Amino acid sequence: MSSPNSAYPETPATQTKAKRQEWPLWEVFIRGQHGMSHRHVGSLHAPDEEMAIKNARDVYTRRNEGVSIWVVEARHIAASSPSEKGPLYEPSESKVYRHPTFFDIPDEVGAM
Amino acid sequence: MYAQMVKSESTDESAEAIAFQARIDAGEKIEPKDWMPAGYRKTLIRQMGQHAHSEIVGQLPEGNWITRAPTLERKAILLAKVQDEAGHGLYLYCGAETLGVTRDELTEMLLDGRMKYSSIFNYPTLTWADMGAVGWLVDGAAIMNQVPLQRTSYGPYARAMVRICKEESFHQRQGYDIMMKMANGTPAQKKMAQDALNRLWFPSLMMFGPSDAESTHSEQSMKWKIKMNTNDELRQKFVDQTVPQAEYLGLTVPDKTLKWNDEKGGYDFAEPNWDEFFEVLKGNGPCNTERLAARNKAWDDGKWVRDGMMAHAEKRKIRKVAAE
Ligand SMILES: [Fe+2]
Ligand SMILES: [Fe+2]
Ligand SMILES: [Fe+2]
Repeated sequence: MSSPNSAYPETPATQTKAKRQEWPLWEVFIRGQHGMSHRHVGSLHAPDEEMAIKNARDVYTRRNEGVSIWVVEARHIAASSPSEKGPLYEPSESKVYRHPTFFDIPDEVGAM
Repeated sequence: MYAQMVKSESTDESAEAIAFQARIDAGEKIEPKDWMPAGYRKTLIRQMGQHAHSEIVGQLPEGNWITRAPTLERKAILLAKVQDEAGHGLYLYCGAETLGVTRDELTEMLLDGRMKYSSIFNYPTLTWADMGAVGWLVDGAAIMNQVPLQRTSYGPYARAMVRICKEESFHQRQGYDIMMKMANGTPAQKKMAQDALNRLWFPSLMMFGPSDAESTHSEQSMKWKIKMNTNDELRQKFVDQTVPQAEYLGLTVPDKTLKWNDEKGGYDFAEPNWDEFFEVLKGNGPCNTERLAARNKAWDDGKWVRDGMMAHAEKRKIRKVAAE
């Protein structure tokens, strides 16, 4: 079902008969009252997006944790692979000058 | 605990396994797609599954009292508490699913007895005071175990624990609040509170599992940081915390050997009856049959709903595609 780059591992267990009958898996993202962006909070099963949002309300916002819910079917998520960690992030590691602290500015200059 | 006597798989000596252990020792979190030893994956599925099942089956002894709560407020509180437990089960199931097991497989393993849930939920809840004692003692014991698990090595498990722990303190406090009301009530009410403590004390101590001083399973699980403390450590902590709370209520812990030990800075206390514990695990507790029958019935009775909603969703999808 899912590509090798889905968020979860594909093991023999995920391909058995049980999966066929199950409601699809949805990933849930919630933005809190003062939150700047939606954050992943977990997943749940639901037959469609409407029920996924209703279930997310019950499972993940019982204590006013959110003012906005996003759901996306887990199989639509593509994820980077942990084995590529090195090459994927290497370009940013060698560019220390991207950080403001790279530059020494004299105190006399004031806040900058 | 909610996961008792979880059999741990052993690890191997491959270079990958050694690097994996080094990551754990360095305090890194293991995430779903990271390489992990097959034994780590298997043990975690077992432990998280058992933990999830306990949350779900744990709704039954409390659900038993929802319709008979003494006031509307108590009823609303108990309902909210039981609903939280359903949520706890769901957080844990979705965590376990990231290891490559399906929700239905986990459910089926619970329903046919291949997977266990905590022994504590095979005891009956006979009076309203039991709702107090369960929240106070059972959720209290669960908290002892779950707080350290927030630092467990498996990321999704740790995150589920953080959510759960945030909610557990409400559970324990509402239980203790019931106990305070009963213990300060009429003599008959106080007697009910004492009776609930008498019946649930030792089963609560059993939740931590037998002493694992020489268990190789625990040793491996502790190395992998999926078990954070020994059973005895947690049990001691629980007793030390709970005894003064019982005293405050004016109730007596049903253990004549209970005594403060200055030297160790904790109480000496009697072990529960471990033969009884193993009988309950084997399925011979007072409510094992009833609990499993209730879960099986819920699953079977819900089948038409699950199927019907899926069929409806598929029909809608087809209609939507046709309209585009
Ligand atoms: Fe819980
Ligand atoms: Fe619980
Ligand atoms: Fe709880």
